[in-house]
Amino acid sequence: MSGLFERDKWQEIFATISKNKLRTFLTALGVFWGIFMLVFLLGMGKGLENGVYKDFGARAKNIMYVWSSRTTLPYKGYKAGRMVPLELADLEILKEKVIELDKIAPRNEIGEHPVVHGIASGDYTIRGELTDMPLIEAFNITSGRYINHSDVADARKVCVIGETVRDVLFGEETAVGSHLTVRGVDFKVVGVYEPGQIKEWTREDMESVVIPLTTMSRAFGTGEYIDYMVCAAKPGYAVAQMEPKIREVLKNLKSIHPDDSSGIGGFNLEEEFQQIQGLFFGIKGFLWFVGIGTLVAGIIGVSNIMLIIVKERTKEIGIRKALGATPNSIISMILTESVFITAISGFLGMALGTFIIGGLSYLLISNNIETENFYNPQVNPIVGITATIILVIAGLLAGLIPALQASKVNPVVALKDE
Amino acid sequence: MIRLKNINKSYTMGANKLHVLKGLDINIDEGAFVSIMGSSGSGKSTLLNILGILDDYDEGEYWLGDQLIDKSLSEKQAAFFRNQHIGFVFQSFNLLNFKTAQENVALPLYYQKVPRKERAARALEYLDMVGLADWAGHYPNQMSGGQQQRVAISRALISNPQVILADEPTGALDSKTSHEVMEIFKKVNGQGITTIIVTHEDDIAELTNQVIRLKDGQIEN
Repeated sequence: MSGLFERDKWQEIFATISKNKLRTFLTALGVFWGIFMLVFLLGMGKGLENGVYKDFGARAKNIMYVWSSRTTLPYKGYKAGRMVPLELADLEILKEKVIELDKIAPRNEIGEHPVVHGIASGDYTIRGELTDMPLIEAFNITSGRYINHSDVADARKVCVIGETVRDVLFGEETAVGSHLTVRGVDFKVVGVYEPGQIKEWTREDMESVVIPLTTMSRAFGTGEYIDYMVCAAKPGYAVAQMEPKIREVLKNLKSIHPDDSSGIGGFNLEEEFQQIQGLFFGIKGFLWFVGIGTLVAGIIGVSNIMLIIVKERTKEIGIRKALGATPNSIISMILTESVFITAISGFLGMALGTFIIGGLSYLLISNNIETENFYNPQVNPIVGITATIILVIAGLLAGLIPALQASKVNPVVALKDE
Repeated sequence: MIRLKNINKSYTMGANKLHVLKGLDINIDEGAFVSIMGSSGSGKSTLLNILGILDDYDEGEYWLGDQLIDKSLSEKQAAFFRNQHIGFVFQSFNLLNFKTAQENVALPLYYQKVPRKERAARALEYLDMVGLADWAGHYPNQMSGGQQQRVAISRALISNPQVILADEPTGALDSKTSHEVMEIFKKVNGQGITTIIVTHEDDIAELTNQVIRLKDGQIEN
């Protein structure tokens, strides 16, 4: 089986293949279709996956939301049904006691209020925040900056406004550096932001005015209360590890019964995200299964056709043997032919699959078609490499039995005149 | 050149054992022009297959030159001997239909790993020897039976063998063409190549120098 790369051998094989076009075509079809289906299915699966993941955008996924709710169990002299608000001071205690905790971004909303700039005005949500929300929600700062530490520490009267607010209040004017008024308090605009993706559910971000939480407390008398906070886990830690500790610390702090399922509410986004990941893992596995199945059917087809070919070529093989072909040279001939046909047809299938997936992706993007749950179908290069390896092995397997059969052709029988 | 000592060969067909060759002793000298005659079932094809190392025998000894050809020979060695020392010519020509005359003639050299260009040149040379240089690019199905057999003879000769084994080479040809083909064999033999022709036609056998008659697996003379 030596000399796989001998030029002569390839010429011999090309000659045989090219002069038996129909036979070669039929042999190639099964593998072509198999690889095409594999690439196409996985590409479409990727499109589905991208479509769903796109909704998450660039936002942090290793986070959980924490809020408070009414208790349901009496504890330490307190009655059930008590409302326990979260406070700014809780943040420091959490940071100290929960080592998995990386960042906390609290938010307090005091509802919609008229926001005025000159003669322009509109009703917008007023939010009190610290500095880290853009990192977690993946906001784009379109001009200026977000709330910074000095703003918080000094309780400065500054604000960051959503794009819609800027549009309505400032129009063509430069917003950053200008002033606006909320409930009689003057704020200086230091930045403009927008959500990473403009969707129905991110509209509220566009229509908000964000001020430092400390400023909110002083200017509007909200105390140190917060509505909810977003907690991000440190890299390497799972939110699921962090979640029970946060609940425990907060329950302890707020004198809530440890067994109370209410009191402290939480939503683990990471878990949600992992469930979706798990779902796609399953879908991908299924698609691989179907694709490989189709491919295997193709390979069995090739093997079958090669067997028939060997039957049909019995006389040729007999002649070659009479002229001095060794069994190895016959095996090598059939195997190389098989690998060659599977590889070429497989590559063509892969090319067509990639072309169709790429074309589809191009059409969706160039025509600005936004479909629900489908975006940018892709062919993973790993799939290409895997498929190539599968192809070569497949070609060898498909050719093996026919090749052995061919090497056993008895020239006396093969050359007997009918 | 060829020495057969007490060659025996049987085929088992179900419960029956068919004794085809019954102790043949044959000597063929180098450069001989021999025909093997016999009716069908006489064992002449089996003998030819054994001579061509396409088949093995049960008993006896077969010497090709000073090489003992027996079962200890691997398939690879057998292929080597066939390739180097023996040229085959068949009744039905056995050319590959998807190859041109020239490519057919060149095929034995492929298995000797002769470079492609040299193969092509030598094939053309051998086709010229049988008067078919102009037909080099034609496929077998574009040629007459006589032409195909001449191509087959070129192919048998190209590896410069010591022995040519022809199995009913004129069986599929009319008498005029048969004699033309025999002329070629005569020329081949004239170059000193031992030529063995299996036939059942007396007028063909008459053209050779030595006739071995087989009947029921034994030499008749």
